[in-house]
Parts: sequence; structure tokens; C-alpha cells
Amino acid sequence: MTTSHPIEATGLVKRFGEKTALGGVDLAVPAGTVTAVLGPNGAGKTTAVRILTTLSAATEGTARVAGFDVATHPTEVRRRIGLAAQDATVDPLLTGFENLVMISELHQLSRSAAKARASELLEEFSLADAANRVTSGYSGGMRRRLDLAATLVADPQVLFLDEPTTGLDPRARNELWEVLDVLVERGTTLLLTTQYLEEADRLADDIVVIDHGRIIAQGDARSLKRQVGGDNIGLIVTDPDRLTEGAEVLSKVTGADAVIDPQSRSAVAPTSEGVAGLADVARALADAGIEVEDLGLRQPTLDEVFLTLTGNPISDDEAEEAAR
Amino acid sequence: MTVITPPPTDTTIEQLVTPGGSDPHSSRGVFHDVWVIARRGLIHMKRQPEALSDATIQPIMFVLLFAFVFGGAIKVPGGGSYKEFLMGGIFAQTIVFSAFGVAMSIANDRKNQAVDRFRSLPIANGAVLGGHAVANLLKAFLPIVLMSLTGLVVGWRIHSSAVDAAHGYFLMVAFSFAMIWIGVLLGSLVGSPEGVTGIAFAVLFPITFIASTFVPVVTMPEPLRTIAQWNPTTSLSDALRELFGNPNTPALPSDPFPIQHPVLYTWIWIVGIVVVVAPLAVRVYRKSTVD
Repeated sequence: MTTSHPIEATGLVKRFGEKTALGGVDLAVPAGTVTAVLGPNGAGKTTAVRILTTLSAATEGTARVAGFDVATHPTEVRRRIGLAAQDATVDPLLTGFENLVMISELHQLSRSAAKARASELLEEFSLADAANRVTSGYSGGMRRRLDLAATLVADPQVLFLDEPTTGLDPRARNELWEVLDVLVERGTTLLLTTQYLEEADRLADDIVVIDHGRIIAQGDARSLKRQVGGDNIGLIVTDPDRLTEGAEVLSKVTGADAVIDPQSRSAVAPTSEGVAGLADVARALADAGIEVEDLGLRQPTLDEVFLTLTGNPISDDEAEEAAR
Repeated sequence: MTVITPPPTDTTIEQLVTPGGSDPHSSRGVFHDVWVIARRGLIHMKRQPEALSDATIQPIMFVLLFAFVFGGAIKVPGGGSYKEFLMGGIFAQTIVFSAFGVAMSIANDRKNQAVDRFRSLPIANGAVLGGHAVANLLKAFLPIVLMSLTGLVVGWRIHSSAVDAAHGYFLMVAFSFAMIWIGVLLGSLVGSPEGVTGIAFAVLFPITFIASTFVPVVTMPEPLRTIAQWNPTTSLSDALRELFGNPNTPALPSDPFPIQHPVLYTWIWIVGIVVVVAPLAVRVYRKSTVD
């Protein structure tokens, strides 16, 4: 039976010896929606995905995916999910076609059905021309597309994508986003992890911000941005001597402290008013006679989100952990 | 006539919205899964020139090299053709070394995260390891056939009965099967292809050379001679020589058990590896694939 929440997790804890990778995570992803788990390297995103996809056992807590408990009915869960791991795990020595046939057969399709499914997916993912080439010669974007195609062979109810666009160039990333749009339209329940707020904003209905194995914020992109103070207004003054003045104007209009960077002659302050706030700042700057080289509305970066939510920038040891 | 259209139920709506609403395919059984993964292993061999050469060019080269380059300088105590003496050793060396290829495929799977990919699929328990085992067993036939043919070309002949000869080939296949588990254990313990290469050359090379592979052990000084006498590579070489009716150093009453009864001693090793090492290898492999 399909539940209304194909992904449900309660109090997930994962410890590796002394180290706590997940410190009690609750998740509820409604059917047909996209949830992005946003966080820096080493925050516990991959650990959470590995537990939900039966690859790793939780130290504490329970999770149900596609209606089955991941710990007690792993095979039932595996039949109904697709997983694209962080590094595309296509077989480098097999061709694209052979990869998909093998995965299809391991999803218990007959050989002829597997071949038909493989051809269909290669076509759908614009890989038909490369079907009979060994995947070690594929570009990063092609490998990701093939990996994504491989997760779809059995029409999964729930799809897990662990950092699907990390390491891709902007063009390949856009192509992948378009593919994901199609999946979302088809109604697949999707959980993806990402380090980019832009990506979460672009794809997800719900965003879960995770840090040090704990959820620190949750909600749709709009409410989340409200929590982190919305967009930023950034300006670059023409005359470096008037930067302080410019920052004062910015602070006065936005009602928030502007952060000054003399190096780049810039000042940044959060705004909750969006474009209207930008217009106010432009007017105030003109009134004060301060000339600016650049003035614009910027989305907060993940760094800024973390700075606001945790009061700490993304720490160095997280980056180190990620390099493990 | 009244046509009653039933209202759409929740499930049909669900199926329209969720493509995965259909029933997942039922399992086709462990043998199906094992074979799918074994086929992948065979394609790997085809596409990896260095692995293929381990199984083809290398054994052929060894036969030719020892038969024509070193062969003239080595005398078999008890008499007989060195080329015929050599073949049992070459067979044994190639079979013992096959553990290296197995270990490499296990380590490469870990490196390429194939392990996680397989574990996220609804496949039978043990199918991945089973697939490795079947593929490697099939791979073992190729060098055995090629070496036999090269041997025949350089003058090697089987002088024994058909039953003994069949026993000889069966012994090779059984030993290859046993070596698979050594390879699985090695690959699971070491984990990286680079590490496997290092260990293979530090361990497998001495094992295949401190033996009667290429030279009679009587020529070796102590303690190497004792090591060689108890080394299963020696007993496999000697067992094949005995079963194919090829020349070998005659065993003396003072020689230890493995030299007196090479066939029996080799079978003891095969059974011992399968009974002791195989379950251990499966356990270590399982442990290496979960965190």
C-alpha cells in the first residue's frame, strides 16, 4: 500500500564509533513532492540518504520508505526506490546500454524486457548515440544522466539523488535540472541533497537545512528565506571613500546592519522587501548623491544561510570531514 | 440499459500520478541474479587488456620462456623432458595467481562504488559474490585451455590414462575455485586495487616461486626446501605431473607427506580452503560492504 508520505523518518541517529553523523533527524515527505536536504559537506546528508535507501543501518530511530520499514523489509524498499549516489556509480567498463540492461535485469526484468527498457531510457536521456560506448569515455554530465536513467528502470515510487549536480559544469547542471523537472511532473516523490541553495530553490517544494547531523531549519523556499532574512541587497560604490556613507544608507533603509568589504568597495544587507526594498535603496542613494557601480538583489549563499541560522560560518572541520 | 461507471478509486488515481504504483516485479531467483552479475565479470575481463593478458599472454609466454630460455639449463632429477616437467608447474602458477584477478575485481567494485549500487537493488542475498565466483571460475578455463594448447605445440604430452588426465583437469578447476575465496578474502581485507597489487607481488610471487613450479625442490637450500615441500603450489605442480604421467623428481622415503602424496595433499588444501577460508571470506566481504 502506498502511504501519503513515501518517506517517513523518526529520530534517525547514526554514530560511527565516537562520532555522531546524524543526531536525531525526522523527515516526512508527502507523495509527489520534492524535498531538498541542504547542507555543507559532512553535515550528514549522505548518511541520511544511505539509511533511507537501506545501505546503512540507523543506530537509533526508524524509517519507512514506500510503505516499508528500511530495517526490517530492505528488499521491499529496494524494489520501489531508485538511488543515484554522490559519485555516479555506473560501471566504467560496460557500455551505457549494458549498464542499463544489467540494472534492469537486477530489477528482475526479463532479458528482452530489460533491453527494451534500456533503449527507451537511453533515448529519453539523449544518450542513444553513446549507447554502445564504454562509459569510462563519457563526460561527467553523460555519466550522471546514465546514472539517473539507471535509477528509473523500475519506475520507482521514490527517488533519492545524492548531490546530483555536484561537479557538473553549469550547462550540464541545467540539462540535469530539466530532466529532473520532467520527473517531478510525472509525480515521482523525490528527495535530493545539495550544497546549493539555488538548486534547492529551483527544484524543491520543501527544503530541510541540515548541519552537524541535525535539522536546523525547514520549510518551503519562501518561508526559509524569511527565516534567514530573505534576499540581500548588495552595492558597490564608485568612490571607495564613500563606502561607509553608502553602507549607512543601506542600513537605514533596510533596518539591518550592512556588512562592509572595503576590498571590493561593497556593502551587503539583508532585506525582506525584495525588489521594493531595492528601489528604496536606489532612491536613498541618489538623494545622498552616492554614485554606485553596481546595485542588486542577491540570493543569500549557503554560507550566509548558515551564518544566519547557526551564527557560525561553515566550519573548516566540516570541509575536512567531507574530504574523508 | 444502464451502465454503471464505478467512481475512480484511490489506487487508480495513485497509479496515474505515481508511475511506480504498479506492482514491482517479483524475484526471478538467486541463479538469475548471479548469472547477470557473472556476465558483467566476463565483459570486464574482455575489456581489461591487462587482466586478459594475465589469463592469456602471460601463461603462454611463461611456457615458451621456460621451455626455450631456461629449460636447457635445468635438469629433471630422475630424467625426462624439462618441457614436460614444466607444464605442471606453469598450470599451478597460473591457478595460484588467479587469486590476484579475483582480489582486483573485488577491490575495483569497492573503488567504483558498484557495491552500493548493487546493494540498493532488489537482488538475492549473496548474488554479487556468487556472480564474482561464477565469472572467475569461467575465466579460469581460458588459461587452462591456452596453456594446454601451447604445451602441446612445444612438445608436452599426456602419457596417463583418460581417467587420470580428467582427474588432473578437475583438480585444476577445483583449485581455481578454492583460489577464488583467497582472492575474495584478499580483496575484502585490502580494499584498494593499488593495495591488492602490492600484496599480490609481495605474497603470491614468492608462493609460486618457492615451489617445484620451475625447478625441482631438491636443488633448494634449507629452510627454503622445507617451505617448498609443504607449499601447495608444489603439491599442485607435482600432482598434475603425476596425473598427466609427466616426469618429476622421484619421491624418497625420507621426503615429507606432501611430496609422497601430492594429489591427496592438494585435495586436502582445496577442501581446507573451501571449508575454512570461503566462509571467512564471505564474512569479511559482507563486513567490508556495510559500514
